[in-house]
Amino acid sequence: MSFRYEIRLSGSGGQGLILVGKVLAEAAAIYEGLNATQSQSYGPEARGGASRSEVIISDGDIDYPKAENIDVLLALTQEACEKYVTELKDDGVLIVDSQMVKNIPEGKFQVVKIPIIQSASERLGKFIVANIIALGVIVKISEVVSIEAVKHAIKSRVPKGTEEINIKAFNEGITLAATWQNENL
Amino acid sequence: MIIPNKNIKMMQGNIACAEAALAAGCNFFAGYPITPSSEIAEVLSKKLPIIGGNFIQMEDEIAAMGAVIGASLGGAKSLTATSGPGFSLKQENIGFAIMAETPTVIVNVQRGGPSTGLPTLSAQADVMQSRWGTHGDHSIIVICPSSVEETYYMTIKAFNLSEKYRTPVILLTDEIIGHLTEKIEIPDSSKLEIINRIKPDMNQKEYLPYKITDSLVPPMANFGEGYRYHVTGLAHDETGFPTNDPEKTTEMLMRLYNKIEKHRDDIVEVEEYNTDDMDTLIIAYGSTSRSAKRAIVNATKEGYKVGLLSLKTIWPFAEKEIENMAKKVDRIIVPEMNLGQIAHEVEWATRRAKPIIKINHINGEPITPNEILAYIKQGK
Repeated sequence: MSFRYEIRLSGSGGQGLILVGKVLAEAAAIYEGLNATQSQSYGPEARGGASRSEVIISDGDIDYPKAENIDVLLALTQEACEKYVTELKDDGVLIVDSQMVKNIPEGKFQVVKIPIIQSASERLGKFIVANIIALGVIVKISEVVSIEAVKHAIKSRVPKGTEEINIKAFNEGITLAATWQNENL
Repeated sequence: MIIPNKNIKMMQGNIACAEAALAAGCNFFAGYPITPSSEIAEVLSKKLPIIGGNFIQMEDEIAAMGAVIGASLGGAKSLTATSGPGFSLKQENIGFAIMAETPTVIVNVQRGGPSTGLPTLSAQADVMQSRWGTHGDHSIIVICPSSVEETYYMTIKAFNLSEKYRTPVILLTDEIIGHLTEKIEIPDSSKLEIINRIKPDMNQKEYLPYKITDSLVPPMANFGEGYRYHVTGLAHDETGFPTNDPEKTTEMLMRLYNKIEKHRDDIVEVEEYNTDDMDTLIIAYGSTSRSAKRAIVNATKEGYKVGLLSLKTIWPFAEKEIENMAKKVDRIIVPEMNLGQIAHEVEWATRRAKPIIKINHINGEPITPNEILAYIKQGK
């Protein structure tokens, strides 16, 4: 019996969630030898609007490449959280930016609240790496792919010259998630 | 962690299309980039100049279609890529390519319509336009991949069929497949079958560009090679010059039609899944095949007997295959992201011998496996 793990990354257009999806899928498929797909759905706007990117990871064939029974949902905006939470499993995990998502939808799922965007600005000096911090949080919480595999995938997918800051951001995400785990589990 | 295999890539459908075009020998692209097909133009704008090919961003979609026809007459293997509104604009020139027997490949990454519609969202509503978008009686080849890997191999198939039958071929993909990133093993180029157009070997003065041969596909001379001939969208005789002669025009138009229809067994491709023991058949194509397959996996676990016929080519229509398959079941489900364009063809191919259940989306959202599963469970 093969496993199928579904991750939905949601927020607003321009937050870099499609890149996060591509990195996660590449880590699983290229560096872990699993199967993975990454798909996306966004509006006609260049920036803004609810945007989502989905990653399916499996050790078998992936027939339907979109999320339907979600294991991990990342929501970086209130709008995205409300719009996309409906397909989150009861035993799934909702990861939210604690500053952006104030109203947590009702459900049996676990909720992980982390100040992702604030950490990007305050600890790394660049709010645009919030997406990679979020990636670190997801990888630490889900353990669906190894940290090492994701680092390789980051280096192969991010623009040349930005590898260092992105790896730093990724490590920051892992630390934030580890701290949350120590405090809450 | 494993040591990565260099030939295994995580690739987007549109990028696989561009890479496969290069592997098939494409050396000319003209287009007017449009969502959700733009990545095809983006990749080829970088890669074609490196291999000595040409990339032209044209002033509009109509001109882009004209340019790929002209390039093909000059001997190039040409490609254009578009989506709904652009596909509409290309229709007149697609007819010209059919009439003038010019091989070329047109990619339509379908999005929601009509008009500007839903630019970033998926649809499968150009099925009939791909068949009948250009005026006049004609046959056409339309191919429909449902994965990144299939996009790669079917882009090569599109070039091969266009060269083999001297005709434009349409690769009808959709936003979901075009923007899907998944695993693909890039094949060694020496293992690919690449077909090139048959060139004339007779004396230049004896060359008839539209001669009726046994294969129904006359040899094609490239402009500039010394073979002088006339190319027109008007009905023409074997020399390429216009004629109104009823016998000659019938002969010519029937040859254009039959060169595809009589070779349908060489062209039509379907894939069966779980069809050995079934009472329900799902007929699907493109991204919707993927939803259907997952629905079948889940339905089988619950004891339902459902099979899938996935159409890899849409036109010529797989009527023979569908008719045979329909005999084995008591109902047919046709999910598609339009209001039933293929379902009507299935009704016709099966003479409505079995009930046909349509599942249709026109809002840009994919048809989910759970939706299909709900229909499978109804009445069983």
